[in-house]
Amino acid sequence: MNHDNYDDKYIIKVLRDTKTVAMVGASANWNRPSFFAMKYMQQKGFRVIPVNPGISGQEILAEKVVANIDEIDVSIDMVDIFRNSEAAGAITDEAIKVGAKIVWMQLGVRNDEAAKRAEDAGLRVVMNRCPKIEYARLYGELSWHGINSYVITSKRRKLA
Amino acid sequence: MSNRKPGLETLSVHAGTAPDPTTGARQMPIYQTSSFVFDDADHAASLFNLQLPGFIYSRLTNPTVSALEERIAALEDGRGATATASGHAAQILALFPLMHPGDEIVAANKLYGGSINQMGISYKKFGWNVSFVDPDDPKNFRHAITEKTKAIFIESLANPGGVVVDIEAVSEIAHEAGIPLIVDNTMATPYLCKPFNHGADIVVHSTTKFLSGNGSTIGGCVVDSGKFDFMGRDKFPSLSEPAPEYHGLTFAETFGDLAYTMHSHAVGLRDLGACQSPINAWITLLGIETLALRMERHCENALVVARYLESHPAVEWVSYAGLETSKYFKLRKRYMPKGAGGVFTFGLKGGYDAGVTLVDSCEILSHLANIGDTRSLILHPASTTHRQLTEEQLMAAGAGPEVIRISVGIETVEDIMADLEQALQRLVHAKAAE
Repeated sequence: MNHDNYDDKYIIKVLRDTKTVAMVGASANWNRPSFFAMKYMQQKGFRVIPVNPGISGQEILAEKVVANIDEIDVSIDMVDIFRNSEAAGAITDEAIKVGAKIVWMQLGVRNDEAAKRAEDAGLRVVMNRCPKIEYARLYGELSWHGINSYVITSKRRKLA
Repeated sequence: MSNRKPGLETLSVHAGTAPDPTTGARQMPIYQTSSFVFDDADHAASLFNLQLPGFIYSRLTNPTVSALEERIAALEDGRGATATASGHAAQILALFPLMHPGDEIVAANKLYGGSINQMGISYKKFGWNVSFVDPDDPKNFRHAITEKTKAIFIESLANPGGVVVDIEAVSEIAHEAGIPLIVDNTMATPYLCKPFNHGADIVVHSTTKFLSGNGSTIGGCVVDSGKFDFMGRDKFPSLSEPAPEYHGLTFAETFGDLAYTMHSHAVGLRDLGACQSPINAWITLLGIETLALRMERHCENALVVARYLESHPAVEWVSYAGLETSKYFKLRKRYMPKGAGGVFTFGLKGGYDAGVTLVDSCEILSHLANIGDTRSLILHPASTTHRQLTEEQLMAAGAGPEVIRISVGIETVEDIMADLEQALQRLVHAKAAE
């Protein structure tokens, strides 16, 4: 898997195969990037469960915060990592252990060894991207703010 | 087309304008509306907090205008773009996220005369100070940079004189100083030159010129490469520090490489108000569809006309970077291999009076203050566009008393030359009658 450059079709498939997301490093502070991503993904129909040992037991956007991924009692499709590249290693191993299908590391986060372990265990991996930005880019919403989506198509796209 | 990078001609026709999601309309609809309804209070809050992309009010974003923005961003290989009311508005908007009162920019002294006025006179009212330097030696920029300098500003192909600036050399100097390089790419267009591939960070356009292409619409655009990282740079607090009106959101952190473009809409257009209207954006989108075809012909015709003028007895000199005699020929071949554009200057032996007579005598070429029209245009800068400049500024800008600017159109080239010939003959006869 080339992690320098993802095919749009790969990202679309990853997003379509995701219903539940464990967001590791979710913040309760509404002006933090993880809060933006969580709120956006909720609005697009994803269930996002915040993971943050510092604030476990509190609520973010009507979801109870858990301390660790293995405390989540529903099946998790994607583990979205809002932590640094080094910390992403151990979180990836936990994602493999709980049977997640996808490991997604946020913008600026990349851990190739962890990605290899996840892929060897049959998971799909996206690194150094934001699911909110990718979703908005591929479904036309990012273009509304003058952003280059790199999408050229003669087909009518569904409204996201 | 997921793996193949589309060519410029394909992007000119398609970028930003997928079929309308609601109606399937293949041509971009004109969304002529001031405002957009909210689904509910929470939706409105999410939009105002920038948590959800969407439309609120056409001063900030509008679907037709954003289609133009995406198309120009794609043509420039940029990350995002912000359309503005005019090219001048684009210049102010480009600097707005970077500047505070007391800050400085270093700009080339070979710029469009209107830009020299805007920067040298009106910017002072914002407390923005501009030092102008000769761009022929890139080191001049380095010497003018101070602690307060927030950007370097150049034109890739300068209006009007066929001047080409060594973009890579200037970008290195900007980056050594930790500041972005802003390039006005109006005259070259992305057909001839893509400044981002040579180290520029921000590009500005007057879309009035070759992009819209037919002299119908005023407009401008700011394009961001997304490559200049504003995070953690205390020189640029508007982007790197929490924004109080967005409840402490930090643009560079939350939006990454989209930060500059998000700020230009959410703060720049919000407060400066210099937005582009949907109908203007739509006309410009139509024009861009044929950009490559027009530019090819503009360049071809301009070279023929430049060679004709170079050998004309009434003409003292021709400054066109397409001619081997131009001192910018080598730089132009490097940065604009496909051609030297449609605009250049030439000097008349008869000086100021000859200039006035020539522009008055043309019957096909239009005497007006624009460039990049399908029609051929002619102008005597010293008596019109550049008349507010001092003698020294006129000479530096290549707009002395004998100088004529021509924007060669896409008419039959023999007709353009025939019109110039009959007008130049009047100068020859006037001289003989003396």
